[in-house]
Amino acid sequence: MINKEKQPLYHKFRNSLIQSVGKMADPIIAIIMALLVGSIIIAITGDDVLLAITSLVLGAFGNMRSLGQSFLAATPILFTGLAFAVAYRSGIFNIGAEGQFLVGAIAGAYVGTLFIGLPSYLYITMVLLAGAIFGALWAFLPAILKIKLGVHEVINVIMLNKIALYFTNWLVSSSGPFRMGSTLPATPFVCPSVRFQPIFPNSPMNVGYFIGMVIAYVIYLIMWKTKGGFQMRAVGHNLYAAKFSGIYAERSMVKAFMLSGALAGIGGAMEICSVFGRFYAGFSPGYGFEGIAVSLLGNNHPAGIIISSILFGALKTGAMRMQILAGTNVNLVKVLQALIIFFVASRWSLVKVISNYKEKKRRLKTSDSSLSKEGGNK
Amino acid sequence: MIQIILQIATVNILIATLGMATPLILGSISGMYSELSGIINLGIEGMMIMGAFGAGIISLATGNPWLGVLFGIFLGGCMGLIHALLCIKFRANQSVVGVGINILAGGIPAVMLQYYWGNPGRTPQVASIKNISIPLLNKIPAIGAVFGDINPLTLIALFIVAGSHLLIYYTPFGLRVRAVGHHPKAVDTSGKNVFFIRYVSVIISGLLAGLGGSYLSVAQLSMFVNEMTAGRGFIALAAMIFGKRTPLGCFGAALLFGFADALQMTLQAVGVPIASDFLLMIPYVLTMIALAGFVGKTVDPVALGKPYVKS
Repeated sequence: MINKEKQPLYHKFRNSLIQSVGKMADPIIAIIMALLVGSIIIAITGDDVLLAITSLVLGAFGNMRSLGQSFLAATPILFTGLAFAVAYRSGIFNIGAEGQFLVGAIAGAYVGTLFIGLPSYLYITMVLLAGAIFGALWAFLPAILKIKLGVHEVINVIMLNKIALYFTNWLVSSSGPFRMGSTLPATPFVCPSVRFQPIFPNSPMNVGYFIGMVIAYVIYLIMWKTKGGFQMRAVGHNLYAAKFSGIYAERSMVKAFMLSGALAGIGGAMEICSVFGRFYAGFSPGYGFEGIAVSLLGNNHPAGIIISSILFGALKTGAMRMQILAGTNVNLVKVLQALIIFFVASRWSLVKVISNYKEKKRRLKTSDSSLSKEGGNK
Repeated sequence: MIQIILQIATVNILIATLGMATPLILGSISGMYSELSGIINLGIEGMMIMGAFGAGIISLATGNPWLGVLFGIFLGGCMGLIHALLCIKFRANQSVVGVGINILAGGIPAVMLQYYWGNPGRTPQVASIKNISIPLLNKIPAIGAVFGDINPLTLIALFIVAGSHLLIYYTPFGLRVRAVGHHPKAVDTSGKNVFFIRYVSVIISGLLAGLGGSYLSVAQLSMFVNEMTAGRGFIALAAMIFGKRTPLGCFGAALLFGFADALQMTLQAVGVPIASDFLLMIPYVLTMIALAGFVGKTVDPVALGKPYVKS
């Protein structure tokens, strides 16, 4: 401790620089480690590692078309990632983004077919709002069960994921009310004015991701710049301290849970506007769970989530090309995601390892010298 | 209505209940070991998938389903080891690691199947473990029929329930597992190795989940299909909480959920005029109602989810 105070200024500066670079470096190292283990798996399965990795990267960023695809793939997980982050920062483990996403999507798809002839921007807002409202309502149930009856939210949201899946499947099944004459188990297509148009030529990219970025910024403002957000984070950080300081922890938790559900719901509705134009049975291939990985990799912060969602979207898009060219299964991406989660969750940090190593060395030295001193005294 | 009830209320539904409940029994006991020692295990689902995958693939390769089961248990144990390492050594957030395990287990089988068989979705038909009839026990009136047509793995599951009860409540090891979940420091002070006990518990958890998964691929079906656990790991988790983390409680809760599943299937087979999607919801809705209404406040192990730092 005393040593630290004696440090010259440039040492302090150097240390803080190393700290901040290290903070950036850790997720990157996690990704590199995951890719390394991934290439070992590719090698084991007997495919060309170099071809697989290059086609993975080129398939994600190679041209405008694949770049646009990557951003499209990044949009839903940006939202589910934000949903997880808001809850996680508030002390709730919401792995129910999957169900909230589904419910939001079908609400958006339904509203999207109702009012023909509304102006586009107004109508899109309505569709997204519908998604948000139903997503939030779907999250309200586990929230209220948690604070009123003390039922742990994890089990309940997992059950609600399944219930949402079967319920939405029923809504678009042959006996369901939302089928409305379409031949597939799906809702009819939404009005053309609801759907986003590509903004660049030769690229399917649309305005969806940018709306997502704006919403991410709004979430940052809510969570870090408002009283309500502060309370949510305080509850997440230390429940008892928050309660003692007079925060209504229960109310704050419900708010956070519903905000989280609303975000996932918007993600679902956005997917309707931006890609599919209608809801079909089995709409989400696990976006809710991917959002957890996205959020963790981005340090549960909106800015980080923007970056990590692009990364995950790119991984998924590139994987398609990898499967075609190198023959490695798309599901390798899941393995990569899991490895990234493991590396990030174990908080393995280069800076920490190095500083620990130095500390150990220093301690050994001092203990050696003190030993020799003692010896000398004798 | 009465006719439907009569069609449902046969001994077949008991047999189906025990069959559907087997993976849940093993899964919930698996979760119990982990959580009693203070480690949250959301990865049961993934461990079960790996178990099912291991059993399926080795049964396919060797033609011997029992070898498959052994390998399934082994793979489950490996996942348990990963979980234990990350949670105990690296002190990662335990729920997050569990989710990671599930994602990992969602990916590995498809990649390996593509390599091994060329079809990432499922294996071909594999050798499976056939049901047996137990002499003497099958003569018991009323419930005897259950023992007349029982899978050996189900029988093993029943033994594991009884064995776990003895282990947890009547051996020093069981006492230590429970103590580590409530007050690791006290265990440490008394000279026992907290980390070792937690490692063993989580690995046992993985082994049991692997066995539960194996049941799916070499006993219930005779093939491995991607994502064939279909949320059973999570229901097992709910059954564990419902059963208040006691072996017998877990067993009872798993039977209840198994019954809900069997009922759902029987109702579909009988052809009640309810959409199948709603029937499929029964186990999940039942879980929610059970957790909200009947369990009351569960007493979590005090140190659940908290990594132990030796000072």
